[in-house]
Amino acid sequence: MRVMAQMAMVMNLDKCIGCHTCSVTCKQAWTNRTGTEYIWFNNVETRPGLGYPRTYEDQEKWKGGWELNKRGRLALKGGGRFKKLATIFSNPKLPSIGEYYEPWTYDYSTLTDAPAQEHTPVARPKSLISGKDMKIEWSANWDDDLGGSTATAHLDPMLKKIGDKVKFEFEQTFMFYLPRICEHCLNPSCAASCPSGAIYKREEDGIVLVDQEKCRGWRMCVSGCPYKKIYFNHKTGKAEKCTFCFPRIEVGLPTVCSETCVGRLRYIGLMLYDADKVLEAASTTDDQGLYEAQREVFLDPFDPEVMREAEKAGIARDWVDAAQRSPIYALINTFKVALPLHPEYRTMPMVWYIPPLSPVVDVVQETGEDAEDKGNLFAAIDALRIPVEYLAELFTAGDVEPVDAVLKKLAAMRCYMRDINMGREPDGSIPEAVGMSEEEMYDMYRLLAIAKYDERYVIPPAHAEQAHALEELATECAVQDYGGGQQDLFGEGSGMPTPLAVENFQALKDRQTSDTLASPADKSGRVNLLNWDGKGMPSGLFPPQEKDS
Amino acid sequence: MTEFLFVVVPYVCLTTFVVGHVWRYRYDKFGWTTRSSQLYENRLLRIGSPLFHFGMLGVVGGHVIGLLVPQSWTDAVGISHTTYHVVAVGGGLLAGIAAVVGMVILIYRRRTVGPVFSATTVMDKVMYVFLAAAIVLGMWNTIAGSILTIGGEYNYREGVSVWYRSFLAFQPDADLMGEAPLGFQLHALVAFALFALWPFTRLVHVFSAPLGYLTRPYIVYRSRDDRGLGSHRPRRGWDRAG
Repeated sequence: MRVMAQMAMVMNLDKCIGCHTCSVTCKQAWTNRTGTEYIWFNNVETRPGLGYPRTYEDQEKWKGGWELNKRGRLALKGGGRFKKLATIFSNPKLPSIGEYYEPWTYDYSTLTDAPAQEHTPVARPKSLISGKDMKIEWSANWDDDLGGSTATAHLDPMLKKIGDKVKFEFEQTFMFYLPRICEHCLNPSCAASCPSGAIYKREEDGIVLVDQEKCRGWRMCVSGCPYKKIYFNHKTGKAEKCTFCFPRIEVGLPTVCSETCVGRLRYIGLMLYDADKVLEAASTTDDQGLYEAQREVFLDPFDPEVMREAEKAGIARDWVDAAQRSPIYALINTFKVALPLHPEYRTMPMVWYIPPLSPVVDVVQETGEDAEDKGNLFAAIDALRIPVEYLAELFTAGDVEPVDAVLKKLAAMRCYMRDINMGREPDGSIPEAVGMSEEEMYDMYRLLAIAKYDERYVIPPAHAEQAHALEELATECAVQDYGGGQQDLFGEGSGMPTPLAVENFQALKDRQTSDTLASPADKSGRVNLLNWDGKGMPSGLFPPQEKDS
Repeated sequence: MTEFLFVVVPYVCLTTFVVGHVWRYRYDKFGWTTRSSQLYENRLLRIGSPLFHFGMLGVVGGHVIGLLVPQSWTDAVGISHTTYHVVAVGGGLLAGIAAVVGMVILIYRRRTVGPVFSATTVMDKVMYVFLAAAIVLGMWNTIAGSILTIGGEYNYREGVSVWYRSFLAFQPDADLMGEAPLGFQLHALVAFALFALWPFTRLVHVFSAPLGYLTRPYIVYRSRDDRGLGSHRPRRGWDRAG
């Protein structure tokens, strides 16, 4: 047994209202630079829908992730080492910018500079790639809220799998939102595809990162990742991906997407797993067995032997404690309501989802029946094959049974809690029908519905004695020493990067020592960040800094 | 003059090449990339880039054999001059044509595809001039010199190659180059200029050819023991304890 710790996330899809706050705050924090315009570390997709980039789930087309080869061994679907090197000069499976979208801005100045004329001036869209006028034809959320779905939704690869059963008529449709970040897989195919070995998994917390100094821009990770969550920065020529906000996680704070989530639907916690079992689990013959196989890889943090082995592996005691209190462990293993996204890609993803009951509830509600009645809901779950089968294509490689079980648990929780909330005698037969005790059901309700901040996020801070190993807790020298140095030797952003902690330190110092609420007081130096394309540093972007050292 | 062109200039260029690479690697690892433009345009690149790169691999291989293997060695194993000539010219022609066709496609693409052209730096343009000149002169030497024998026969294995080896051994014999046809002289000079530019262009990606990929394990883990970790090295006197 080789115990390793993994920082993991669960999202409760029933609570997602599709507001995109997570995407926007993430973008502001991480990808608001030139070259990253089209990069969404976090995006929210309407399902059924094409996803971002378009039809990324069609692995027969994109060849992402792993597959079992003819001898039954795990192999990269996009081809092994020799094939990767042979196609290095032109990656045959790289999505073009059109599969994402051509980023654009608007020519706002015409609105204010135009001379008096008969017609109202218009701000034309300008491509941020070529700088020319462009026609906007696609974006990261073109089919948001099923917009234009009659034209595009039949192209959804998951819908194709359940085939002719779906008629995309407005009255019969269903939809839900799927927020996606990098899965921080236990068996990442992006890392395996990287010719330079620049993508690595951190031993301490399992976060998958791209070393920007080692990346040489071969682009194999982009095609290797089946979730298409590695992006190519076309300005720097390097790959970038979701960092699980590691600078925040290291100090015990949740990721930006979680912190700002309006529906409070994200859970973060540790999972202990047996690294020796990962390959075996990923090589499970049956696609539908992968969900269970991955659960087998996880270790019970209450098991004394696991605790002993964890100690031997150098995992600190407070991390084991955190693993015991982990909401992720509870949702995945105790209540068994969280499911992995596309386990059939065999990457062992570590961002899991509680499938939404709402498409079912909505249908029951529309019939005028009581949508919180156990009998009605259970019957509806059984009868509404299409939403359930669709969810199964997403979360269990098409196996309806686990999805069915989760939905029934969620339905049972609704019915059981209604009795309590109405002051009626709780009905013990309801939890029993889904194989849970009344106490378990109440605990699950607490975790899913009350969801207090410190129950949703159990994040043990990184250890000070490990500080040297973790990039952001840079303790070797005083932060004031930064600022000069070798910057911009070869264009934008070259030279040694300034650690984030230093930037934050400076910003915080400025804020705390400034005399006014919004400095400068006359607001003359204010900058409209919406129009700033990330190039250069417009005057007024940062308050003047006095160098007094 | 010969002394200056074929002793001083080559050594200056070689020094720039070596020192430049060390400097660039030390200070600009972040800028060390292929700067791929595949995201912008794929149709032309899919044909042009493999043609050019595989052609160039052949061309470089041919140069290594032609410049570094002395004629006496091939004589010793019994390869006749005619056989060598046919194989070398045949192979060189094949690789050269692939490289030239690929290059033409790539330069056409770079100029005509808007996003690709606007992502082209001044350094890229300078580099293209020297790279194209070196390739064209090389092709001229192969076709005009070795096949059509314009200006008489010239066995570069008794001239240019010997000079090149003497140059690498730091005992340069410039006269050998002085006697060579103009095409060969220009080709060598342009190539050395390209070497001098090399570390300051995107050509550095050649030295990142990821051969280690063939042997490393698929999944890379990095632990706190990894000295390479962190965005900056510890200062002197502040070495890591653990």
